[in-house]
Amino acid sequence: MFVSINWIKEYVDLEGLDIKKLINSFTLATAEVEDIIVKGEDLRDVVVGEILSIENHPNSKKLHLLKVDGGDRIYDVVCGAPNVRENMKIAFVKAGGRVPAGEITKATVAGFESEGMCCSAFELGLSDDKAGLMEIDVDAPNGTNLKDIYPIDDIIFEVDNKSLTNRPDLWGHYGIAREFAALTDRELKPLPLSDLAYNGDEKIKVTVGRDDLVYRYSCVKMDNITKNTSPMALQIRLYYCGMRGINLLADLTNYIMLEMGQPTHAFDANKIDEIVVDTPKADCKFTTLDNVERDITTDTLLINNGSTPVAIAGIMGGLDSEIVGDTNAVVLECANFDGVSVRKSSSRLGLRTDASARYEKMLDPEMTVTAAKRFAYLLQSIDEGASVASLLTDEYVRKYPEINISFNKAYVDKYTGIDISEERILKTLTALGFGVEKENDEFKVKVPSFRATKDVTIKADIIEEITRIYGYDNFSIITTKSPLKPVKSSAVRSQSNEIKDILVKHYNLHEVHSYIWCDVRRFKKLGIEVEDNVKVLNIESSDNGTIRNSMIPTLLCAVSDNKDFSDNFGIFEIGRVAAGVKDDGTANERRRLGIVLFDKTSTEKDVYFRAVNLVKKIFSQIKHKEPEFSKVPAVHAWQHPKNTAQISCDGIVVGTLNSLHPANAQKLDKNGSAVCIEIDVDDFITIKGSNISFLEPSSKQSTYYDLSLLLKDGVTFADMSKCWNALELEELNSVKVIDTYEKDGVKSITVRFIFSSKEKTLEMEQVQSWIDEILANLKNIGIELKL
Amino acid sequence: MLEKAQQLKQQFEEKVQATTVPAELEQLRIEFLGKKGPISSLMGELRNVPNEQKKEAGQIINEVKQFIEETIAQKKTELVKLEEERLINAAEDYDVTFPTEDETGSYHPITLIQREVEEIFEGMGFAIEDYDEIVDDYHCFEALNIPKHHPARDMQDTYYLSTNQLLKTHTSAAQNAILIKYTKELEADRPIRVIFPGRCFRNEKIDACHENTFFQMEGVMVDKDISISNLIYFMKTMLSEVFQQDITVRLRPGFFPFVEPGFELDIQCLICGGEGCPSCKDSGWLELCPCGMIHPNVLTAAGLDPEKYTGFAFGLGLTRLAMMRYGIKDIRVFNSCNLKALSQFENSTFVEPEKEVK
Repeated sequence: MFVSINWIKEYVDLEGLDIKKLINSFTLATAEVEDIIVKGEDLRDVVVGEILSIENHPNSKKLHLLKVDGGDRIYDVVCGAPNVRENMKIAFVKAGGRVPAGEITKATVAGFESEGMCCSAFELGLSDDKAGLMEIDVDAPNGTNLKDIYPIDDIIFEVDNKSLTNRPDLWGHYGIAREFAALTDRELKPLPLSDLAYNGDEKIKVTVGRDDLVYRYSCVKMDNITKNTSPMALQIRLYYCGMRGINLLADLTNYIMLEMGQPTHAFDANKIDEIVVDTPKADCKFTTLDNVERDITTDTLLINNGSTPVAIAGIMGGLDSEIVGDTNAVVLECANFDGVSVRKSSSRLGLRTDASARYEKMLDPEMTVTAAKRFAYLLQSIDEGASVASLLTDEYVRKYPEINISFNKAYVDKYTGIDISEERILKTLTALGFGVEKENDEFKVKVPSFRATKDVTIKADIIEEITRIYGYDNFSIITTKSPLKPVKSSAVRSQSNEIKDILVKHYNLHEVHSYIWCDVRRFKKLGIEVEDNVKVLNIESSDNGTIRNSMIPTLLCAVSDNKDFSDNFGIFEIGRVAAGVKDDGTANERRRLGIVLFDKTSTEKDVYFRAVNLVKKIFSQIKHKEPEFSKVPAVHAWQHPKNTAQISCDGIVVGTLNSLHPANAQKLDKNGSAVCIEIDVDDFITIKGSNISFLEPSSKQSTYYDLSLLLKDGVTFADMSKCWNALELEELNSVKVIDTYEKDGVKSITVRFIFSSKEKTLEMEQVQSWIDEILANLKNIGIELKL
Repeated sequence: MLEKAQQLKQQFEEKVQATTVPAELEQLRIEFLGKKGPISSLMGELRNVPNEQKKEAGQIINEVKQFIEETIAQKKTELVKLEEERLINAAEDYDVTFPTEDETGSYHPITLIQREVEEIFEGMGFAIEDYDEIVDDYHCFEALNIPKHHPARDMQDTYYLSTNQLLKTHTSAAQNAILIKYTKELEADRPIRVIFPGRCFRNEKIDACHENTFFQMEGVMVDKDISISNLIYFMKTMLSEVFQQDITVRLRPGFFPFVEPGFELDIQCLICGGEGCPSCKDSGWLELCPCGMIHPNVLTAAGLDPEKYTGFAFGLGLTRLAMMRYGIKDIRVFNSCNLKALSQFENSTFVEPEKEVK
């Protein structure tokens, strides 16, 4: 919103104050000022001039040769404006003067010398009206500086609308002036109003159908309006505040809105018999004054003349009842509609107006009648003949409750941590329009109606009023006196950090962040179908409407995008998935670690076992335990039907390791292979880490024994391990696969058993007897020695 | 005997002259000094020498033996040295500047900035909490004093889910649960001091400055006498730590339903020092974090008596902070999974180490 300092000065005397400093304190106390624009600096030596005579230019149909009285002498001017006439008072810049476009110099135009320029309001930066010369509408002798008769010099500041969201009272100059008054300890002058005197009995009938959507509807009729253009001074003010001049009545409604924050609407009185405020019974069409036909739903509040819609309440009037230049009577609507309803209608219609933006903020219903009185005052001060032509209709359907708040100084002291005097508190609240009474220790505060629609309701709100005017820069800053306490890191956080460190530092993986939803199109490129899961109802691209149920597909997309990064890399992410829906109907949100290893230089098998090793490392480093792997059927279509394994520990299943289904693997990369790991971090942290139980290293020599074994389909190494673990031998220190071979389709491995005892060097006979036992066990599951 | 010994000596000298590697010396030693060698046999021959000459003969043999031993030792030293020189000369001259395999893993920049900030807060006695990304209306809005028809709840700002839940729009969604969880701290006369970083979602069009998925961090401190002046002190101290320099802050009124009073905290521009420059849009100030005194309704919703306890809350845009810290100009980098960009973030922290106590 643009605010004019000249306008503010009508209500607060700012004499002797540094305006820029004042605007800065407004930023710190009230709302953020985004920009300060000094107006009038680029106009110099623009005076009132009078066209004494007009001659047609001999060589041009458009140009005229004028004699202009510039006050000091008569000037020859070549002018192309169409609206020149004799004795017209115009804005004139003598050569050497300045307009926003630049300095004016003597020039020869189409063969004739021109000693200055007659200007349009646009050329002076006072309007966007380029149609013709600006006509001086006040009495002033020729040669009078234009700045002496019009409010051209001004400081305009732009307030960030977002910072006014919660301050409906600041959507007009008068409310902002109140802040300035409080900040400067100066008086806020009252608004001059008409008393709406009228000797008759005409009254516009108003019926409110939806009283849940209306707080108040006031209106009054005025007639005998003869003027239809606004004074230049008013037009300049509107223009500086970002509005275009239209005609007197429309300009006045805008003026009231910019002044009081209260939108009003002027209907052509000839087109209004009785007003009905209601929502339509059925969906309908309505053409707004911007000449757009709009679809109106049955939740949209309309203003009707009888049964004919004439405006969308709080948003925009209709084309048919618009004020046009020759209207001599108006019905002025000053109403207060429900902010939520206006906001919803305006977003449904895709039509946001200055009025709807204000209604959304929950305006003070007390303003409607004041606005009508102000309108009548302004209209009559411009057009003396205009008169009030009806009684005021005032349907006050709903009222906001009066809000009273009590507090004491101790509360203020506690909340602020500093000592703000009682006198200061009283002064501040009074200046801001609050009613304040002091009873013993207690301040009893009545919240003014313009702050009581939602903004100020409780004690803490009063603290804000006191402190912001006091100034946060004036606070002394004090540390808290809270006792120390030890802080423990949560398991999720510390273990997630450990996982990240292992993956980055040990395995050179790269951490990424991917979106929580599935991207259908990118999935499709990898042949991955999005599985049914929790949906996002209102995402911009419906392709992303499903929340992921696994980290892997989004990471595979990332791998696919990075194939030219390196021939051999891995990525990971600790993120969230929705693993379906829980019994209570809510999403089963899980923290998951997803890892994808991608390699174009190794076999898939090598990558697979690198992945197995990586999982083991995570477990041994963080839990000091070994995970178990067992093959399970694929759960997702993209998992390899054979090479999908579940990862568990202590009987808790924590994740899956898999290569890709050939269909997806082919689409990902013809030469490279990807292996995926997904670990449920929430489950992972439930696994208890095992303590280190230190074993004194044996000083006796250890004995090793190698066995070459023929492998058999369907028998895993884990099955074989059971054959030696069953012996529960303390002396069996470790078992390692030291070689694997494959010849003519027969696979075999060499396993090295290392035995040692703490007490003695083991006898070969003893070791042999254990090996025999192991071999017997192996034989039972079909594993034979390779001969 | 003497003649034989002289012959032997001469023979040895010829042979030793011809040796080139230490191994040959060893052979020579065995050849001459071994059990079956000429010295041994000469010694054996002593038996046949007349007694009066025995002494002299023995001396001669010993002299030769000693000569051989010493020569071998001496020659050995020479040869070892020669061998070493040969190895050195033959060795490859390594180019230490030759590129090595440069594969290094990387952290997401958010992880790095988060760790850095968390460390600061841990040092200030804050616990660190994590919270769901999928939350309900109550936690995201209602418990935070955001009324039913508040624009923030509109579909254009919030992603609503088929489960009657939503993707959290701000880390404040955790406030209620955290205040409840830590109530026992207050009861034990200890303040609540918690930060909770997290990923947030807003229904927003993505461009260089806007993301629909981003990270924030929120913090709360609640105790019996927490005041606005404590808040200002805390924010200044905390931000000076984060930026590793003394920070000038200013507070402006800001409206957030869950705080009262609410503030926008600006820091004096770090680039121009407040003079005004393009990065602060000539204002000298950068809007950095929203904060405020926790709204009494929020305390009440968590079962805390607002007459007894007060507190403050503040938010910090981690994504924004990471952009400032690392000079990332396009916010889309964070969720791009583009390793050409992300693989640059190799290291954990760049905090300058404090000088140690000596």
